Amino acid sequence: MTSDTETVRVVPVRHYGRWLTAILVVGVAALFLRALLDSPNLEPATIGEYLFKDYILDGVVTTLWLTLLAMVLGTVGGVLLAVMRLSANPVLRGVSWAFIWIFRGTPLLVQIIFFGFLGALFPRITFSLPFTDLVLFDKPTSVVVTGTVAAVLALSLNEMAYAAEVIRGGILAVDAGQTEAAAALGMSPALTLRRVVLPQAMRVIIPPMGNETITMLKSTALVSIIAGRDLMTAVQTVYQGNYKVIPLLVVAAIWYLALVSLLSAGQWAIERRFGRGFARGGVR
Amino acid sequence: MTTQATTGGAEAPAAVQTRPMVRAEGVTKKFGPVEVLKGIDMTVAPGEVACLLGPSGSGKSTFLRCINHLERIDGGQLWVDGDLVGYRRQGDKLYELKAREVARRRRDIGMVFQRFNLFPHLTALGNVIEAPVRVLGTPRDRARAEASALLERVGLAEKANSYPGQLSGGQQQRVAIARALAMHPKLMLFDEPTSALDPELVGDVLDVMKSLAADGMTMVVVTHEMGFAREVADSVAFLDGGVVVESGPPGEVLGNPTHARTRAFLDKVL
Repeated sequence: MTSDTETVRVVPVRHYGRWLTAILVVGVAALFLRALLDSPNLEPATIGEYLFKDYILDGVVTTLWLTLLAMVLGTVGGVLLAVMRLSANPVLRGVSWAFIWIFRGTPLLVQIIFFGFLGALFPRITFSLPFTDLVLFDKPTSVVVTGTVAAVLALSLNEMAYAAEVIRGGILAVDAGQTEAAAALGMSPALTLRRVVLPQAMRVIIPPMGNETITMLKSTALVSIIAGRDLMTAVQTVYQGNYKVIPLLVVAAIWYLALVSLLSAGQWAIERRFGRGFARGGVR
Repeated sequence: MTTQATTGGAEAPAAVQTRPMVRAEGVTKKFGPVEVLKGIDMTVAPGEVACLLGPSGSGKSTFLRCINHLERIDGGQLWVDGDLVGYRRQGDKLYELKAREVARRRRDIGMVFQRFNLFPHLTALGNVIEAPVRVLGTPRDRARAEASALLERVGLAEKANSYPGQLSGGQQQRVAIARALAMHPKLMLFDEPTSALDPELVGDVLDVMKSLAADGMTMVVVTHEMGFAREVADSVAFLDGGVVVESGPPGEVLGNPTHARTRAFLDKVL
């Protein structure tokens, strides 16, 4: 790139504004940090003491598997709902629409509390063969739907509704010519969906689903309201005993931030992988 | 998935020499209030190459898509190799076929699209073996061997592991032809196969189609390539406004058109 005919000095644009804002930001941050450290209730030592306590770590593990389970169930259900929503069958379309309408239309917190108190609505869960006296299953609801089960139910059903819309968008983004080409080869609609449409929809689906996973990780904190035994529940249990609210909230925040950072890194890697083989996007 | 075809022409007499590959009687098709096909009659014999010509909007592509039921016809009747397209006859009633049964009938009708429609997430080889492996249940090794032979036939043996995005338009279209041939079709449909190509790439695709015709493949080709129609076609049909205006051997229709609309069209394109 060097030209040996004549050497001229290139003076880049000077960004004085950037230096000014940087000084301003550092100043404000320093002031905030001093106020933070001056507070008698931050207690860094307490934070360090509780960060790796075994019941806090148990909470972290519960938060992680709740997220994982809710996302797996949510994605599987979401694919089903998305396909139903796009189906030619008006009954399936209607069912899917109603499900999404209800679970997207009410707050997650309300759904969690609702499933936590399911026993108040249906005291017993009973399955029997119709038109006979044969009872296959009969137990009190509170025994079957424990706090954990209620948490999984609420989180995954809610996720299904959101995932369905994300996946539907991904499916619609695949060119109609792809379906026609598959049809012309004699592929059935189900085979076409599995082998042609979904693999291509993945590229569109993965970024928002990564986002959903991150949102889900943080939403699991809501199940503390029905004693879901997650990280937030563990933290609350501790500070309700020793009143060290701020240090323990910082413990929770550190863990959530660390886990979300990990998920973001994973999302980046997966997006790169699914971008391969496509001319668009530039990444090969 | 399903592997075995059970119905089809099982009950039909085996050796009917005169049975046409495609037979259309009074086929009509509407898109909303617009009637795009107003009664098409056409017969294509086995081994015949039929070219459909006409201005855009004349209905030629729509008719082609009706042949493998990508479009549903609204009136008239259409047979492929003796089977009614989209319906099953039982006694004096016609039963509409389910998606799965339509898929089974489409297995032996190959189609090549204007915009190629290769599967971008699969390699050239992956595109060619997909339907034989998943639809016919061909063992993967045999499908691979056949696919390699087909890719070689269309002159792309060395591109087997390339993704469609890495191929030129002409190469993609030749892979698309190989993909259709992998199902051992008895009929090939071409929907303006060279219209989306750079002029310098058209020749390669036409050469492949000529060699197919020479091997006796039954082909219905929608095209604007008058040279191809003149040289390769056994019959030519000129469509305009949803009807067949004129049809016959290419020498007559292209060389000595009797109809004013055919003459006006040919004057513009030649």
